[in-house]
Amino acid sequence: MTDQTSSEYKELAWQGLWKNNPGLVQLLGLCPLLAVTSTVTNALGLGLATLLVLVSSNATVSFIRLWVPKEIRIPIFVLIIAAFVTCVQLLMNAFTYGLYQSLGIFLPLIVTNCVIIGRAEAYASKNPIKQASFDGLMMGTGFMLVLLILGVIRELLGQGTLFDGADLLLGDWAASLRIEVFHFDSKFLLAILPPGAFFAMGFIIAAKNAIDSKIAARKPKVENKTIERVRVNFDAQ
Amino acid sequence: MLNSVSKNAKVLALFAIISTAIVGMVNEATKGRIAAQEQAQLLKVLHSIIPPKLHNNDIYQDCKIIADPLLGKEKQTAYLAKYNDKPIAVALTATAPDGYNGNINLIVAINVNGSISGVRVLKHQETPGLGDKVEMRKSPWISSFSGKPLPDENDSQWAVSKDGGMFDQFTGATITPRAVVKAVKKVALYFKAHQKTLFNAGESCRPQVDELTQENVESNND
Repeated sequence: MTDQTSSEYKELAWQGLWKNNPGLVQLLGLCPLLAVTSTVTNALGLGLATLLVLVSSNATVSFIRLWVPKEIRIPIFVLIIAAFVTCVQLLMNAFTYGLYQSLGIFLPLIVTNCVIIGRAEAYASKNPIKQASFDGLMMGTGFMLVLLILGVIRELLGQGTLFDGADLLLGDWAASLRIEVFHFDSKFLLAILPPGAFFAMGFIIAAKNAIDSKIAARKPKVENKTIERVRVNFDAQ
Repeated sequence: MLNSVSKNAKVLALFAIISTAIVGMVNEATKGRIAAQEQAQLLKVLHSIIPPKLHNNDIYQDCKIIADPLLGKEKQTAYLAKYNDKPIAVALTATAPDGYNGNINLIVAINVNGSISGVRVLKHQETPGLGDKVEMRKSPWISSFSGKPLPDENDSQWAVSKDGGMFDQFTGATITPRAVVKAVKKVALYFKAHQKTLFNAGESCRPQVDELTQENVESNND
């Protein structure tokens, strides 16, 4: 029993972080993904907000899944998600005021992020709370990691810095986190503007696919060595 | 059939009530802190352009609402800095309508002795990496206004250097600094025209000052 659940959690983590990553594979929530990743701080802020909403909404949807009539489940999911997003927005306005301002419209737009309603409908509404929350955590983390990678690439190319404005998210002490990697007078504008985000995103997806196909290419050979009789299969190919 | 519809409506209503109640509670809990954050942010900006040493009134409360085509289409706010009730400086918000990408909201502090105390950009949508150098966070350009004497109507020096003036433009962006320079000039002209009446009482921007803060202001003035 415990083996089964632990392998289930492993599978959820694998799906959320890599195989079915909401940013790279499902390509959900592209609008905030591309719009706010001009700096690492913005990316981290939006990633954390999305993660928080995703975990809470998955847990709540799973909690109420037995009482909600099938016909009206979608409006109820949307209600729950909107309520959580508004709460997160209010909390960020109160505690991370500067970041709240620099994220602007993309914070309330988390409501329309398809990752959240997608996970509520596809997973949380059919599974117990623990698994649903874990699924939210993994999907949210996967999404946040993509945001972060994009943020690092774009801030590095566009400004030559990392963690610029981290004090907006983490408080005044974090101003010292800012790293000036290299300095140039005229910035590489393309990286900061939305087209740069599309290019960077394309390269990241390509890299993921390349890694996947490399793994896939390696796997059969390993199996050939361990199990001799698979050769029959090999001939058939 | 009708039964299930009414049941669904009830469930939906129940969820609407619960979520609204939760949002309401969070709003109630964070309201004070959000207002405090906004005030702190504004005070930080005000103190960066009017040194806090120079005045001893509560500049956040001592403000009035003004409207003038020189300051832009919208209603603007004037924050009055006084030392023992003597006018020291005033910070005026203004809108530059001709930014590269829409309005640029500014706050301009002017000393009563006739010089610019400081300028900051409050809000803008200029191109990141080019026009956004008007932000203090990105470039010190905006501080080149500090200490400059107020310009006249036909001051040819009060322009970006591309137009033969004394303010640099940025590489690749002339429109944004030009809009800012022009807006600051208009604010200066407004100040010159209204200097005498500006410190008189007017429509306050904080209509409901509760007694506690009022007392604070009075004790500050002592």
